[in-house]
Amino acid sequence: MIGLIGKKIGMTQIFDENGKVIPVTVIQAGPCKIVCKRTIAENGYEAIQVGYEEIPEKKVSKPMMGHFKKHGSPYFRFVREFRPAFGQQLDDYNAGDALDASLFGAGETVSVTAKSKGRGYTGVMKRHGFGGFISTHGSHESFRGPGSIGQCAQPSRVFKGVKMAGHHGNAKVTTRHLDVVKVDTERNLVMVKGAVPGHRNSLVILHKEQ
Amino acid sequence: MDILQQIGRDQIRTDFPDYRVGDTVKVHYKIKEGSKERIQVFQGIVIQKRGAGVSQSFTVRKVSSGVGVERIFPQNSPNIDKLEIVRHGQVRRAKLFYLRQAKGKAGRIKERRRFTA
Repeated sequence: MIGLIGKKIGMTQIFDENGKVIPVTVIQAGPCKIVCKRTIAENGYEAIQVGYEEIPEKKVSKPMMGHFKKHGSPYFRFVREFRPAFGQQLDDYNAGDALDASLFGAGETVSVTAKSKGRGYTGVMKRHGFGGFISTHGSHESFRGPGSIGQCAQPSRVFKGVKMAGHHGNAKVTTRHLDVVKVDTERNLVMVKGAVPGHRNSLVILHKEQ
Repeated sequence: MDILQQIGRDQIRTDFPDYRVGDTVKVHYKIKEGSKERIQVFQGIVIQKRGAGVSQSFTVRKVSSGVGVERIFPQNSPNIDKLEIVRHGQVRRAKLFYLRQAKGKAGRIKERRRFTA
């Protein structure tokens, strides 16, 4: 699915034509440029490679510099690839083409991928939504613990994948089927209904949905 | 943050009089029924204002046939046709939740005569 690279700006609300309040996440989507195309003949798969946020030459790492120079592209801070949707042709997209928020329209749906907010080492209640235990009626010591993590002498071990405390967040998360409420092509803003993973100013990737 | 504020600013309504908590107001609210639109008036005391920017809202309380009714309006809703101040109230708090329990004399609000707006 073709999409755009952008930045999460934050949440606000807008009124729709019926005067109802819609919570929206504002995403600065693009402007992006296609750095190069991946082809089956050359690379074994099809995709377009998209760059976002131009940077000066001195900020480009040497390996990336070589890549940009090879394709005669400007330098970008972020480069991501987008594979075509099933049956989609990429003939209309050529290296050097600009992509901006006009790729999306109000009423469409998108999926948004980003790195979720890091929560650090968290317990099972926050991480897996466990219920915890009652804090009154004589309970003691254990209020937010996981409870039993397995059986006894048989199997005398803890099964793999048992939900326990640990590092939570800071992982790639995709939220799918979010409605596009409004697109501001002038400022390249896409307003998506509801929440989107990641903190403010974090990199988000918007995928068009068919 | 600036972009968010700009998006908010475009939607903020500035056509309301400067109402305060404690004031008795009439809110003319547009109601859509199918294709028809009519205006309903809700009169009561503003018991709280909350939020900032676009998301500001206010709560109006009235006692309707002995039952307390509270309605929360988004301050910048395009469905508010008009907002009228019926009476200015003199209160010493920002949230008038005590009115929910107040009976008889305690539920009255003094009229504000000196305008310090």
